[in-house]
Amino acid sequence: MNWIFGDNINTDLMTPGRFNTTVDPYKLARIAFREYLPEFSKKVKKKDFIVAGKNFGCGSSRETAATALKYSHIAAILAKSFARIFYRNCMNIGLLLVAVDTNGIEKDDELFLDSRGQVLINKTKKTRQKVVIPAMMRCLHKQGGIIPYLQKHGLESLADLEKF
Amino acid sequence: MNQTIAEKIFSHHCGKKVSAGDFVVAGLDLVMVHDTTCAWAIEPFYKIAKKVWDRSKIFIAFDHAYPAPNTEIARLQALIRNFADKQGIPIVCDGVCHQIMAERFINPGNLILGADSHTPTGGGLGALTIGVGSTDAAIAMATGKCWFRVPETLQIAIDGKLPDGVYAKDIALLIAKQIGTDGGNYKVLEYTGETVRNFDIPNRLTLANMSTELGAKAAIIQPDKHTSDYLKQNNRKYVCKEEGFKSDNKARYARVLKFDISRLVPLIAKPPDIDNVVPVSAVEKERIKIDQVFIGSCTNCRIEDLDVVYHLWQGQELKKGVRVIITPASKLVFLQALKKGYIEFFMRLGAVVTYPGCGPCLGRHQGVLADGEICISTSNRNFTGRMGSPKASIFLAGPAAAAASAITGFITDPRRYLV
Repeated sequence: MNWIFGDNINTDLMTPGRFNTTVDPYKLARIAFREYLPEFSKKVKKKDFIVAGKNFGCGSSRETAATALKYSHIAAILAKSFARIFYRNCMNIGLLLVAVDTNGIEKDDELFLDSRGQVLINKTKKTRQKVVIPAMMRCLHKQGGIIPYLQKHGLESLADLEKF
Repeated sequence: MNQTIAEKIFSHHCGKKVSAGDFVVAGLDLVMVHDTTCAWAIEPFYKIAKKVWDRSKIFIAFDHAYPAPNTEIARLQALIRNFADKQGIPIVCDGVCHQIMAERFINPGNLILGADSHTPTGGGLGALTIGVGSTDAAIAMATGKCWFRVPETLQIAIDGKLPDGVYAKDIALLIAKQIGTDGGNYKVLEYTGETVRNFDIPNRLTLANMSTELGAKAAIIQPDKHTSDYLKQNNRKYVCKEEGFKSDNKARYARVLKFDISRLVPLIAKPPDIDNVVPVSAVEKERIKIDQVFIGSCTNCRIEDLDVVYHLWQGQELKKGVRVIITPASKLVFLQALKKGYIEFFMRLGAVVTYPGCGPCLGRHQGVLADGEICISTSNRNFTGRMGSPKASIFLAGPAAAAASAITGFITDPRRYLV
């Protein structure tokens, strides 16, 4: 299923300052949207999508927000636009973010994201949308994040990130 | 090739001439982490390194919830202390990281990474100070480097003389109203114009700080004599060379926005977005009763802000039943306030003056809001749930409006107390 959100969903809603007091990613996943949308952490299933409006992830740089969503095992976050630090954080930990027009996507629509072919298919609505996923996002998502990438290729490979 | 200041600083830090849109790996002058973000940087750090690249260039601040308010946070802080001890890095517990960086570390032309979203504050000193998350901070601590896409610059030209009772915060709110919470996304905001040239560093830090709320990657203000004076006051040896750090006449900007602030009035951002901005006088008419006043944060709690509060409260009493919390930005600010007699004055009036740091800004300690409560705050975020209950409301304004509201018990235009 798709978890539908509006505009300007900030990182304090994802992992409120009072609760993100652990470095355990699974515990962080359990506090995701704890007060804003309490059923999220209880009902989110593997491969669900988060579908949002503009400026998703604005606010604090605390990476707990990205980590909590990654360890909720969602397939990807689709939004009209993303806040800068949140986008970077998600890319760094290998959580797939796709900027796309999300108007009209509903909770029960069956979505299929082909990140290689860069197309989003809404099987329910029978629509296809071309998406642009930057090469670095695709690469780091595939590698499981920038840390596994650097472990595999060495610290000097930081300069090669753009070549993917 | 004509360049903006931001392009010049990036070029200087990656050893080649670069312009907006280029991918670069740049060397850093300083990396900042704090009592929340450092905890999540330790594990990724040890996956790729054993020792930090240069311990003299890493600054660890404890400010978000210091001293620790509960066992979970105490555990996180112990984890960081252990890391800092092993790496030989001192932990600084003297106030908000951005204020300490301004007082002690940032020099014009620097490229600095901070694991905190309000890192752009340092742009007030003519440096590029960029906010990131913990993984980027971990890589930077290991290598002294970070990857960037060189950002485009949005020029914000501000002209006119500020009317009485109107401050830098009101200008920041005016810009937010105009361009929205994503109006500066991925960009550097370069503040220019007569008003900014006349601003001292504390006002510039406030403007730069609020750039974060517009999505900006960094803020920058051309360094000048005000910058040299500020560094000198803070016992820093830096002498500002004017030629070095300014945008070329024909530099390319993504956009140029012009503001005339000579008729600006005190503004306030209504919950839950910072671009939900209206005149304080309009909210005053609604007679919104407040439960808490917070004067603090990296946006607005320097000694100049406390000067405003002190003067406004002369001969006044604070409204009974309203909790007034003042958190000086740094130990230096606290000691300045102490010397000027402000701390005793504030406390005798019934305000709570806390140890310097982030205070209740992020709802982690020291003044968390209950369901249905209303707070007027001088900080930078009025998001749902930011300071506690998601059923509480936060109004953002400058120190004068917060101080005036503490007298009446409802949101109040400060100008009536400033005549």
